[in-house]
Amino acid sequence: MPNNAPATEVGVSYTRAVVQVGVSSRNRRRVRMEEKAVRAFLFLCALLGVLTTFAIVFILFSESLSFFEAVSPGHFLTGTVWTPTFKDPSFGVLPLVMGTLLTSLIALLLAGPVGLLTAIYLSEYASPRVRRVVKPTLEVLAGIPTVVYGYFALTFLTPLLQKFIPGLEGFNALSAGLVMGIMILPTIASLSEDALYAVPNSLRYASLALGATRFQTVWGVVVPAAMSGVSASFLLGISRAVGETMIVAIAAGSQPNFTFNPLVAVQTMTAYIVQITMGDTPYGSIGYQTIFAVGLLLFLITLALNLTSEAIRQRYKGARV
Amino acid sequence: MIQVVSTPQWRAREYRREQLFQLLGALIVLFALTTLVVLLTKILLDGFARLNPEFFTSFPSRRASQAGILPALVGSAYLLLLTAAIAIPIGVGAAIYLEEFARRNWFMRLVEINITNLAGVPSVIYGLLGLQVFVRTLMMERSLLAGAWTMALLALPVIITAAREGLRTVPKSLRDGSLALGATQWQTVRYTVLPVAMPSVLTGVILSLSRVVGETAPLLVIGAVVYIGTLPSSVFSSFTVLPVQIYNWTTRPQHAFQENAAAGIIVLLALLLTMNAVAIYLRNRYQKRLPI
Repeated sequence: MPNNAPATEVGVSYTRAVVQVGVSSRNRRRVRMEEKAVRAFLFLCALLGVLTTFAIVFILFSESLSFFEAVSPGHFLTGTVWTPTFKDPSFGVLPLVMGTLLTSLIALLLAGPVGLLTAIYLSEYASPRVRRVVKPTLEVLAGIPTVVYGYFALTFLTPLLQKFIPGLEGFNALSAGLVMGIMILPTIASLSEDALYAVPNSLRYASLALGATRFQTVWGVVVPAAMSGVSASFLLGISRAVGETMIVAIAAGSQPNFTFNPLVAVQTMTAYIVQITMGDTPYGSIGYQTIFAVGLLLFLITLALNLTSEAIRQRYKGARV
Repeated sequence: MIQVVSTPQWRAREYRREQLFQLLGALIVLFALTTLVVLLTKILLDGFARLNPEFFTSFPSRRASQAGILPALVGSAYLLLLTAAIAIPIGVGAAIYLEEFARRNWFMRLVEINITNLAGVPSVIYGLLGLQVFVRTLMMERSLLAGAWTMALLALPVIITAAREGLRTVPKSLRDGSLALGATQWQTVRYTVLPVAMPSVLTGVILSLSRVVGETAPLLVIGAVVYIGTLPSSVFSSFTVLPVQIYNWTTRPQHAFQENAAAGIIVLLALLLTMNAVAIYLRNRYQKRLPI
């Protein structure tokens, strides 16, 4: 305990007086050595996290650098044709970005409202009995591997939607996005609920005492007061969706389409990375380097989302009335 | 927003709105429940028929009806054990350092922020990291060891956070008592803090590791193979795991392979359920014995 100096001092004097009477100086030295060695080992363990971050940033930048020697960053970021494995390749990443954006947006359109309403219901209306059923359900949904969600999207949701939407392709952004929405629903619901729960009861009582109904209290007082936490949860949800791989790799297809049409196949950044690494693209070729350039872009997007979400949460932490 | 004048019509409208909203809330909550039930039912219906003993003892095959999950199951088990062997000592070690030894300075804040952010990095990026560092640079090839290291790095932020929460359940008085008897910091941790914290630390760690079992994307990236004729014989063998096998079967156009995928999913979910049950069992069992 570093900030517990008095107790340690007492311990030391006690030790000298009683316990260490029979302890040789060699033994003492051994204990001290062991203490140092263990401390160093534990420090290295903690340091590994920092090293991992450095390693991620380093490999993404270094491999991307050789990619950007061949392809200008301007073309990469603004081009609308992505055909890196063709004989006459084009490296415009926008179709992949569009695919990621489209599926994530669909996910948010489902998980945002449903997640917020679930949170409101759980925090403001539900009886303890309902909470006892719903909370574990959300936890189970959060624990289901994404490859299972991918299977569900491809073999259940797509055929089901095809009955109602005639033009829907076998691989499409819509059902991948919707299932991704189910995947991020627990994140949004539980973080939003935490935010609503943190709103002090005095605000609710004040509103109710003024004659407001429960509905008016929720939407006029509680939700606005928790808005920072709710938006932070949305951002984290989007970040999860952007980085999600298996659902889109299975159900959204593998055609980099520059489109905002949710009924056709698209390819996301993550699905592209998986597609290339599973193929026989030779190590060191420009096709191989593209996955690191795409990975770098993906890393930067999710990092920005996560940091913004964290900043919003920190900034408004103490600001509530 | 808040209307001060109250008329009967207004009151009636507000009352209806209140009722409607409660109904909507209840329906929305049912949505999550229904989704889960539909998902599980669909998978059970698709895959249950394929769950015969041969399915567990056969290798993958071109013929869907003869294909099995033996190498995937063995691979998943090996990968889990190897990942645990790497990630638990490092993760618990880091947690001990951060909770028991570290001083609160800028560097430790940096380490903590860093761990939070690592937990948000998409898993496919860890695949790229593993591909470049373990598969290429350290020349582990597409082996179990490379997979385990990749998964260990992926699981570390979660394990560290879980282990720290476990360590925080130990009351300060126990540490003070140990230090007052002349024990060193490490002796205190080793003989007093860890034995008391172990159940809650283990519970958190097992739950974190159960994520490793279901993770697919990083292993696809570092190159877990799908067709494998032999079981892995050492940590340098190539391997496949359940989720990768499921992914492969799911993406086949033939319906028969998708039944295999569903059967594989049932096994995978059963495995996850078992790990969670073990974690809960450990928590319940040792919580009662807590000496204080």
